[in-house]
Amino acid sequence: MTAELGAFSLVLALCLSLAQAGLSFAGRARRDATLTGAAEGAALGAFLGVAIGFAALIWAFVTSDFSVANAAQNSHTAKPLIYKIAGAWGSHEGSIVLWCFALTAYGAALALARTLPWGLKALAVAVQGTLGALFIAYLVFASNPLTRLIDPPAEGNSLNPLLQDPALAAHPPFLYAGYVGLSVVFSLAIAALIEGRVDAAWARWVRPWTLAAWSLLTVGITLGSFWSYYVLGWGGWWFWDPVENASLMPWLMATALLHSAVVTEKRGALAAWTVFLAIAAFTLSMLGAFLVRSGVLTSVHAFAVDPRRGLLLLAILAVTAGSAFSLFAWRAASLKDRAVFAPISRESALVLNNIFLAAVTSAVLAGTLWPLILEAFGRQGGVGAPYYNLVVGVLAATAFVILPAGPLLAWKRGDALGAIQRLAAAATAALAAGLLVYAVAAPRQALGAALVGLGAWLVAGSLAEAAERIRLARVPFAESRRRFAALPRGTWGMSLAHLGLGIFVMGAAFETGWRVEAAAVLSPGGNLGLGGYHLRLQGVGDAPGPNYDAEQGRIVITNARGAPVCVARPERRTYDVGGQSIAKVALCMGPLSDLYVTLGERRATVGGGSAWLVRGFLNPWVRLIFLGPLLMAAGGALSLSDRRLRIAAGVRRGVAAGQWAAAR
Amino acid sequence: MSWRRWAAVAGAVLCLAAAADPGERLADPAREARARSLFRETRCLVCQGESIDESDAALAADLRRAIRERVGAGQSDDEVRAFLVARYGDFVLFRPRLTLTNALLWSAPFVVALAGLGLLIARHRGASEPAAPLSPAEEARLAALDGSSDTKAPELGSKNASELTER
Repeated sequence: MTAELGAFSLVLALCLSLAQAGLSFAGRARRDATLTGAAEGAALGAFLGVAIGFAALIWAFVTSDFSVANAAQNSHTAKPLIYKIAGAWGSHEGSIVLWCFALTAYGAALALARTLPWGLKALAVAVQGTLGALFIAYLVFASNPLTRLIDPPAEGNSLNPLLQDPALAAHPPFLYAGYVGLSVVFSLAIAALIEGRVDAAWARWVRPWTLAAWSLLTVGITLGSFWSYYVLGWGGWWFWDPVENASLMPWLMATALLHSAVVTEKRGALAAWTVFLAIAAFTLSMLGAFLVRSGVLTSVHAFAVDPRRGLLLLAILAVTAGSAFSLFAWRAASLKDRAVFAPISRESALVLNNIFLAAVTSAVLAGTLWPLILEAFGRQGGVGAPYYNLVVGVLAATAFVILPAGPLLAWKRGDALGAIQRLAAAATAALAAGLLVYAVAAPRQALGAALVGLGAWLVAGSLAEAAERIRLARVPFAESRRRFAALPRGTWGMSLAHLGLGIFVMGAAFETGWRVEAAAVLSPGGNLGLGGYHLRLQGVGDAPGPNYDAEQGRIVITNARGAPVCVARPERRTYDVGGQSIAKVALCMGPLSDLYVTLGERRATVGGGSAWLVRGFLNPWVRLIFLGPLLMAAGGALSLSDRRLRIAAGVRRGVAAGQWAAAR
Repeated sequence: MSWRRWAAVAGAVLCLAAAADPGERLADPAREARARSLFRETRCLVCQGESIDESDAALAADLRRAIRERVGAGQSDDEVRAFLVARYGDFVLFRPRLTLTNALLWSAPFVVALAGLGLLIARHRGASEPAAPLSPAEEARLAALDGSSDTKAPELGSKNASELTER
């Protein structure tokens, strides 16, 4: 019964979403608060409906109800409970349910928002309802997760073993919460275009939604990257894979939006561009969903694809993005942008940030779609890491050189010389860090050392900027502490995010430049040197798990002086269902670096014994690669907790902000 | 599960790096290093976006052997790439070769950046130009407005005018 109840709730949610859109549009047009109030109620109801449907699906997985087709295809009685639950969003249908759940949850949050003006809110709720109706309709009619089987199997097909992992259980919820969070920003942009007013106040209302979506997306991407690092077993953490790119593009747009919205909020400039970014960010989210779900691009992460239903998603994307950009093209020309600023100013720095982020996004977009573009002309071709590393690397590095100066420049007219003087210490520290890496790290690498120095420049720059804010060492310490407490959290959030970016760049540069790799076919008792470490295969035993058999190697790792460092136990697991064999990586984590060991298939030696291919990586500073983005997300959360975002957001300011021409 | 899904799974499982398998290595370390760098830019065509350096698939092993043979025989990197492209098409290379079509791809992001910079500079140019002098018609209208404000509220007229110019 639960499955039928869930399926019914999903249909109900579809009707409520339609009601939400219709009532809210009508209420706004007739200036009738009763209708818009009813629409807000419908938004809450739609959320409840999808939540019940989602709960019914999870219930089918948890109770192993294999009469539900989706559970039969993706679950198994022997699977641990957490993966039964996570399996509910591991399939195509499940991930669309998760998407709709997030979409209606944001819709409900929007309906409950108090600070928005009535007209803008009514239209935003209506647009959000339209999005909800489109996606729930797709869910109900083309991807229903709760259809029953006439002839249920006794046992399920189980979830792909690679996906049975804690980081990956948490990865989709964060990622989708981020992707779909941008839908609210999209709805607010469309509402503002219809209302005809994009000003400082609007930018301020958009900010918390962008911050929340951006922070969640940052965490989601980091979890995904960490998963591919320690599950896929070849030591890398980013592959410029189409699916990874699909999540990176909305992130880049959301980052640009966060920065341009600041200019719109403080100075009333860039209104049209900010609206454009708000529309583009969610459009790229939908494009990502289409690319991932349709399987038009080959990808290592293609776990849930279906080309036929991909076409429907493409239709949704075309309708939503097409009408949004048409509306933008019609209305944006009349958005006036009268703020004046000097070439050297905070505004210019933020515009530069947007230019570089737009260029990086276009590189990722062009590279991702390149095989499709060529195919349309009857040709073949592909793009891989070398293209992205070079193009994105050059653009990002240029942006990073300028970044620390931005926050030190004043609005309207900045003092370049002053900013350079205040960054002198940071520049010295960065140079020293680069030279130190160049001198100490073997083998000697100029480019790698320069990139580590660039990361250190970002770290030192954000620290210098924070020190400048509290006038550290220039006023008595107590005064600095008072300033520290008095500054708004949004400011600290920014510093923390920039610090996190620097830490990430340092880690990425050092890990990429100085990763050490070694491999050998070892019989028990065999040895393998790895950097300054020594790996010794003591033996291989059996280590059966709940739903798999495994061979487990016991590898003792000692350092150069012969002292034991740790015992690595990499596994090769063969799953009972499907018979797939995967490597389970063993990680010996130091404070910053990892020793990463995998075990290959058993092979026979000439003498009749057994041997295994043992592969080891020494990944120096790899911790920084995952720590940096988490700090960035924490910065976003800190900024979100700023009380200035919650109070008096509706105060009109005397900024001539992208208001509509007076004649209208 | 669809065949695509199985292919993805098989690809992911097979692509558990084996290029470092010692049995396959070339004796000369310099040539081995060259071969490895070629592996990294060669797509494992059956492995869903991985290079043959990382793949355990049979095709990748064959390609590695073929490349090592050619590098061992003293062929240059470009000769090896030409061989790969002749056999499998452009798709096999991760780093697109510099053709006219590919030049579009490589330059597009920089064109976006330069266009943005151009717009920013144009905006500053426009903003720093002095305002155009008033036309005779505007002069006449200004005079008329001054006259009317003088007659209505003479004591406020000058203040209003200064406010106007400030905006």
